[in-house]
Amino acid sequence: MPQIAQLADTWSSQVFWLLVFFGITFFVIGRGMVPKVMETVAQRDGQIAADLAAAKAARDAADEQEEAWRVRENENRAAAQAIVAKAKDEAAAKSESKLKAAQTRLDKKLAEAETRIAEARNAALTEVESVAVEAAQDIVTRLAGVKVTKPAATKAVKEAMSHG
Amino acid sequence: MAAEQAKVDPMYQFTIEPLAGSGAWELAGYNIAFTNSALWMLITTVVLFLFVLGGMKRELVPGRWQMVVEFFTGFIDDMLEANIGKAGRKYVPYVFSLFMFILFANLLGLLPLGVVGLHPFTFTSHFTVTGVLAIISFSIVLLVGFWKHGLHFFSLFVPEGTPLPMIPILAPIEFISFMVRPFSLGLRLFVAMMAGHVLLEVLSSFVIDGTNAGATFGLMVGLPAFILMIGICALELLVAGIQAYVFALLTSLYINDAENLH
Repeated sequence: MPQIAQLADTWSSQVFWLLVFFGITFFVIGRGMVPKVMETVAQRDGQIAADLAAAKAARDAADEQEEAWRVRENENRAAAQAIVAKAKDEAAAKSESKLKAAQTRLDKKLAEAETRIAEARNAALTEVESVAVEAAQDIVTRLAGVKVTKPAATKAVKEAMSHG
Repeated sequence: MAAEQAKVDPMYQFTIEPLAGSGAWELAGYNIAFTNSALWMLITTVVLFLFVLGGMKRELVPGRWQMVVEFFTGFIDDMLEANIGKAGRKYVPYVFSLFMFILFANLLGLLPLGVVGLHPFTFTSHFTVTGVLAIISFSIVLLVGFWKHGLHFFSLFVPEGTPLPMIPILAPIEFISFMVRPFSLGLRLFVAMMAGHVLLEVLSSFVIDGTNAGATFGLMVGLPAFILMIGICALELLVAGIQAYVFALLTSLYINDAENLH
């Protein structure tokens, strides 16, 4: 077993060179390079965490914006609906008043027309009466040779007309 | 050694051979010859350096290489945080170096470089090496423990809720188990690596000797041994990772004791 057989001859060399090379490993690699590697890892982790936080903040901001937009949108919609309802109401009121005015005018015209018709009928009736009186007078004069006074004839005509 | 015998010595692979300065290089009277073991420590360090260097591009979106390096640092970081807590982060450089050094040493020692005539040397199969690493880890535990808690650190040997009369019995047991830690830490890695390499070597000797003994032996012994070797190779790759992980995990558990007591 060379480990024991050569122990006396080689242990000092083994220990010395191990200390030299492990020392180099520890001070150059362990102390010098490893912290930098780990720093890079930490940097990356930090960057990732920061990026994630930024993304989250951006999302929150977007959510907020959307919420605000929604509120505004709802307000706008409500306002628009109010305007539409108001316009509808106004239009309805207007048309109603117009209709009323037209109705009034029509009623007035109708009433006027009725009055005129009544007048015309009265006038016509009167004329018919007077014609009938004259005709009655004439007929009586011609048939009976009796002169009938106008009031008497009028009276007779009226009687006959009222009897139909 | 006769060529037709082709004897395989499963222990030969652990032999340390000086490559330079076998006699002349001395430090305070101790020999510090640059051996094949030291060469593989150098190779491990360089490969590990290049590996981590590839992960230093510091790109926000990592490439594959950077991803792998960050996986390992994250792995050690998570392990320390799980075992020690937030205070564990300051041990990442040490535990990372330890884990990767052992892992790369184990894996590089498994490289099939014998095919091209080179001989990989697994220095983690020497208890001199694993012992030093274990002692470093244990020293850190002691230093941190006494630095942070002072003499209160000795309360580690009295588990919480121990009835008073049990303390004289339990404290020595706890103390012994504590003192065994560096040995178990170092020996575990050494034994696991050595056993695996010996097993591969023994199986390879079956293949060679069996094939040399003729077609019948080749089919009856050599082929099954070869197939088993392939499986054992995969197992050894797993063991290489597991042993490195166990070493780092136990180190972090021991540091947890020092950092947080019980």
